[in-house]
Amino acid sequence: MTATTVRIQSEPFDAAAEAAKLARGRTDTGAVVTFTGICRGDEAGEPIAALNLEHYPGMAEAEIERHAAEACARWPLTGVTVLHRHGRIAPGEDIVLVVTASSHRDAAFAAAEFLMDYLKTRAPFWKQVEKAGLKTWVEAKSTDDAAAARWAREDQAAE
Amino acid sequence: MKVRYFAWVRERIGKPEEEIDVPPGVGTVGELIGWLSGRGEEYAYAFENPKVIRAAIDRAHVRPDTPIKGAGEIAFFPPMTGG
Repeated sequence: MTATTVRIQSEPFDAAAEAAKLARGRTDTGAVVTFTGICRGDEAGEPIAALNLEHYPGMAEAEIERHAAEACARWPLTGVTVLHRHGRIAPGEDIVLVVTASSHRDAAFAAAEFLMDYLKTRAPFWKQVEKAGLKTWVEAKSTDDAAAARWAREDQAAE
Repeated sequence: MKVRYFAWVRERIGKPEEEIDVPPGVGTVGELIGWLSGRGEEYAYAFENPKVIRAAIDRAHVRPDTPIKGAGEIAFFPPMTGG
């Protein structure tokens, strides 16, 4: 049974503490991969004041849990943690955290990348940039769709 | 049926959610988008490019040809930009 934690929150998180939790008290974990997505201070060369993240409560958790379960089915993981913040996030602050633990590194790296690629395109979050007093919605990138598509399997090709 | 809107779809329509009575003949997600588009300028603006609109029924992603029969909550939103 893989220890899975999914949380959507407005408060900041402690990435190092979350990673430590996954390996603590067990001896079957040989690799922990941690990815943290951070709010950049500029967009297209211009400084930004903040990001505002809107989400669909209930669906955001459900969608991430579905993909965490999918990751557990594909790779021999011993633990998965996904935290995603919403609300106003200032440059330099963390936005998203993915931690994957496994006996060996290959599974942990692959599962972390899989989860991030799916988070970008399937988890119901929308970013708005605050820049020079204006708020603009961030447009989805086709490169993110392509990154997620490479994980699709035959039985999901129609998704 | 409860309908929810997010991000710029919500801003264009001017409300986060509403209760609607779906008329007979509107059977799929795509048909519902078409019917909503005819409800006023704000809806026409929100759904002006139906191809970019994403939808969820009861908090799971669905495609335009998905039947809406039995749905409790249907949501419309732009392509997602989280992570």
